[in-house]
This record gives sequence, C-alpha cells and structure tokens, in this order.
Amino acid sequence: MKADIMKRFLLALLFVPLTVLAAGTAVHLDKAPDVQGDRAALQNGARLFVNYCLNCHGMSFVRYNRLTELGLTEQQIKDNLMFTAEKIGEPMRIAARASDQKQWFGVTPPDLSLVARARASADGSGADWLYTYLRSFYQDDKRPTGWNNTLFANVGMPHVLWELQGIQNLNHETQKLGISQSGQLAPAEFDKQIADLVGFLVWAGEPAAGFRKQLGFGVLAFLVILFGVSYALKKEYWRDVKKH
Amino acid sequence: MASNSGYDKYKSDGSLKGNLLEWFDARFPATSLWRGHLAEYYAPKNFNFWYFFGSLAMVVLAIQIVTGIFLVMFYKPDASLNANGVPVAFASVEYIMRDVNWGWLIRYMHSTGASAFFVVVYLHMFRGMLYGSYRKPRELIWVFGMLIFLVLMAEAFMGYLLPWGQMSFWGAQVIVNLFSAIPFVGEPLSIWIRGDYVIGDATLNRFFSFHVIAIPLALLGLVAAHIMALHEVGSNNPDGIEIKKNVDANGIPLDGIPFHPYYTVKDIVGVVVFLILFFGVVFFAPEGGGYFLEYNNFFPADPLKTPPHIAPVWYFTPSYSILRSMVWPVFGLEAKFWGVVAMGASVVVIAFLPWLDRSPVKSIRYRGPIYKSFLTAFVIAFLTLGYFGTQPPSPVGEVVSQICSLIYFSFFLLMPWYSKIDKCKPEPERVTFK
Repeated sequence: MKADIMKRFLLALLFVPLTVLAAGTAVHLDKAPDVQGDRAALQNGARLFVNYCLNCHGMSFVRYNRLTELGLTEQQIKDNLMFTAEKIGEPMRIAARASDQKQWFGVTPPDLSLVARARASADGSGADWLYTYLRSFYQDDKRPTGWNNTLFANVGMPHVLWELQGIQNLNHETQKLGISQSGQLAPAEFDKQIADLVGFLVWAGEPAAGFRKQLGFGVLAFLVILFGVSYALKKEYWRDVKKH
Repeated sequence: MASNSGYDKYKSDGSLKGNLLEWFDARFPATSLWRGHLAEYYAPKNFNFWYFFGSLAMVVLAIQIVTGIFLVMFYKPDASLNANGVPVAFASVEYIMRDVNWGWLIRYMHSTGASAFFVVVYLHMFRGMLYGSYRKPRELIWVFGMLIFLVLMAEAFMGYLLPWGQMSFWGAQVIVNLFSAIPFVGEPLSIWIRGDYVIGDATLNRFFSFHVIAIPLALLGLVAAHIMALHEVGSNNPDGIEIKKNVDANGIPLDGIPFHPYYTVKDIVGVVVFLILFFGVVFFAPEGGGYFLEYNNFFPADPLKTPPHIAPVWYFTPSYSILRSMVWPVFGLEAKFWGVVAMGASVVVIAFLPWLDRSPVKSIRYRGPIYKSFLTAFVIAFLTLGYFGTQPPSPVGEVVSQICSLIYFSFFLLMPWYSKIDKCKPEPERVTFK
C-alpha cells in the first residue's frame, strides 16, 4: 500500500518539469470590476452564490451570520439566503457527500471559501481569474457535461449559469468565443452579475479585509506621530555627543 | 571581610541596610548587568543606517515569539480531514483568520514577521561584510551569527509546513526529498525525517514541535551567545577601526558613547520606521504580492495533486537557485546530490569569512577597487540567484544561475588572494563622525 503511494508520488514528481514548462505561457485574464465597496453588489453576489453555487460547492469557513457584514439582518439572511435547516451561526455547508460528488463529476467540487485568494497568480488577481473563468464556458459535445472552458480546459464543472448567459461556442480557428443562443440576460448584464458573484467570493476569501485596511490607516497615523516624538527624543539626547 | 561578598549589606539582625536594589544586587547581578550591557557599554559614536538591523532582528524575534504563543493556542497540527473534507490544520489557520478575535492580525504579523526576519538578517549580515565586522577579534560573533542564520532557516522551513497548504506540503516534499540524494543513507534518512514515506501527519507534528519548542530554544541561546560575545570585545563601526585604542584616563574609549541612553533612543527611531513598513505590509499587503504568502498555499494540501510550479518562499530562493544550477552527475553521484552539497556549501562558506579575508583594512571605506568590484558582483549574483529561484526552470535561468553561482563562490574562495593584493587606503586614527 505504502509502496503504491510512493510510486504515485515519484510518478507525480516526474511530471513536475513538464507541467512547469506548460505553465510558462502567460494567460490573458479579463480585469474584474472591483465591487468591494458596493454592498448591493455584494448582496447580489451572495444571492447568486447560494442559488447557483452552494448546491455543489461548500463555503465551510464562512458562517451565515457573517453575511450581516454585507448590510443584511439575520432575518433577511434566514428568509432569503438559507434554504436548509442550518442555524444562522453555522457555516455555509452543503449536503452532498464528497465521495458521491467525486463519482458524479470525476472530481470533488472544491470548497470556495478561499478560491479568490488561491486563484491569484502573476497573470492577475484571483478575482480576474474567476471573472474570466465564469464567462469562458462553451458548448463541447466531447465532454461528459456538454461544456468546456477556455481558461480551465476539460473542467469538471458544467456551465451552471448557462440559462443567464445563453450558449457560447468556440471558433476553433480564431479561438474566440461567441454566443450562438442568447440567454435571459444581455452580455453586459451577465458580466455585471458575474462581477457581483466574484465580488462576493473575494469578500468571502477574507471578510476582515475591509476592516483591516481601515484599521491600518489609524495604526500608521499613530506610528507616524510616534516617529516624530522618537526622532525629537533622539535629537535631544544626541546634542551631547560631540564631534571630538 | 571581603566587601564583594555582599554580606555587609545586612545589619547584625539580618535585615537590609540599604534599599531594595541593594538587596537585589547582593543576590543577583542586576546593576552590573545593566551597566555592563547598557549604561556602561561603550559603542562607537559613528554607527550609521546599517547598524539598525541588529536591534531590529531582536524586535522581530520578540514579535514572532509573542504572536507565535497566541497562534499555538488555536492552531492544530493535524493532517486528518474534518467533517467538511478540509485538513484540520488548514482549517484551524482559517479559524484563526476568521473566528478568533484579532486572529487575522496575529497571524499576519507572524507571517509578515517571517519575511521581515530574513530582510533584517540579510541586511545585518551584509553590514558585517561591508565593514569587516567578522574580522579579529569578532570571529566568534560571526560564527554564532551564522549558526543563528542556519537555525532561522530551519525555523522558517518547518513553520512553513504548518498551514498545510499546497505549497507547504509540496515545498516540504521537495526539500526533504533532497536528503534522499545522499549516498547510502539518503533514503532511510529522508524517511526518518518525515516519519513516513510521504509528508504526512507524523511530519506535521514533529515540524510543529521543532518550530514552537526546539528551534526557538536554540535560537534564544544563540542570540544570547551572539550578544555576550559582542559585548566582550565591543562593537565594530563603519570605519573598521578599534575605538579601544584611544581611551581617556578612566579607560573609556574617546569615540565611545554609552549604549544607553544614546543608542536606545536612536534604535527606537529605527524600530518605529521599521514598524511603519512592517504594518504597512500587515495591513495593506499581507500576501506581499504572493511572495510572503504564496497564492497556491490557499489551497489545502493535496498529496495527489502536484502544483505546476513549486517555488520556495523568497528568502530561500538564492539557495534554491544554487541547488538547481548543479546539473552534472559527477563521480557516479546524481546531480541532485551535488546540488545539495552546493547549497549547503553556499551557506557554510559564509561562516569562514573571518579566515578568508586577508585585507589589511576592515571597512569598505578603505578597501581598494578589487574588493569593491568583487562585492558588487557578489551582490548582483545573489539578487539574480534570488530572482531565478522564484521562476520556473528555464534554459536561460539555468545558465545565468550557473554563472551567478560561480561568482558567488568565487567571492569567498578567491578572497584570500584578492583581498591581499588590493590597493587599500590608510585607515584614520579616530572614527569619522560628522
């Protein structure tokens, strides 16, 4: 058993140099609009998340009542964003078992608590990656789900938001995506919805980030004043130190 | 009676004659320690910018210990999966980040502190190279300092496994696997280090133990030895001359000033400036652009999914480049083994500087053009190695790293020759102080 794992490891390590070469090409990512200051957008993102994502993906590090920081009351959260028997202080979990999901999709859908932080790279922020990824699904009959993705080739996830976006097809010559059947939303409206959803995922990646920056200004202001005081103190003492 | 026994501090009934401090001094060298290390420790008055980093390293050490104590209250070194399918160790870090009051601040201070530690220690070491602080009679200070550096590298490496993210796991996997390149004992040695055939729960728990107990203990002891050795011989200065050569009637160096209050008030200014930069990162860029907290480490460790690019944290990248630059199997041993040897040698060789340097002067101010050229080339090579260590392997990076490794080792190994023939300027009699 252990030898088997070892072999798998060595095999995996063998492929490291190859995948490294493959990773060398820069990926173009669309810039995600920053909606962190827009509570309505973040609330809309939360709505989209619980309706479209939270069936397969958990967000196990975010408790429902943390959404009050987006300007919602606990009652609003219970009425609009909680569809299961969970309590308000509990994390946003899913009912599906990981082992079942693995069977259905070939891969367990990852927990999305930190996806916006984990997907950052030299190519762009995690938000840029998600914003591009969620708008890059196209119809592909060769895939078991019928969907593929230009950013994440052969992805296990189907295009969950296809009703909103419509059906995209990939022109294999130009490598460009085009909508062949329009959905409920116009392209610009769809992009706005995705921006809100991505904004919510960014918020969920570090809910304290807003407060962190706010506090940072206060701390730095204090330290700048402290610098003035400490520098004056140093000057006063060092007047004694003569040249010779 | 011998007055230094302290017994004459008592009246015949055993009660104290003087004040509480005298009572204390009769039992513990409080006043003499205070005088010897602060109030009557005479430091050269011409310390410049480069002399802030010793005290800053102590400040960072204190930050790491205090924040570390609080992190250990909530962190759980456990590689098993919780009910949500997330490793417990990884989840406990996020618990600190989200549910523990001020946990995010403590954790960001600790993670930023790790990088800050290496920034100040690298600059502190470079100061020693600039002004020849390692030269006689300060060889032991330098050797203790190098031991601190080695121990610090071990501390950082083991601490990086604890968040149990993808980079934690695979970084440790790569580094521990290096030991397997040692002939004969390599394979059993690497298994012994991991406690398993792969990085696993056993590895996580022993790294945790080393990170929070064993290595900090060694670190504190070495820091104490480093400072005791320094205060025994006295500080060097940017002119690289001995202030003890010119003393007044009381034996006090003419160019020396008491460390306290003069350098305490000066170092406080340095600490405040450092804290402005430090908290600038903590509050506004705790990920450090992916260099302080690697993005991939926000994915929980997955033994079956190798990340496309395994990069060490920035402070290990010069060593990592030297490791990767060795691509030739020699004497029937694989290239990886020679990489490990080169990487180890690149750190150990620094400890020999006191005996490699044959220059008649210590400070860069009075050195000749040859040494200055070699030092410049060394700095450029070091930074270039660091850059390529962050990048995926490439043919260009390999050749550049090989050239830079050659420059790196030439700086040290050719030093006995070039430092001797260099045309130095005369040293001044007294320190330069404007």
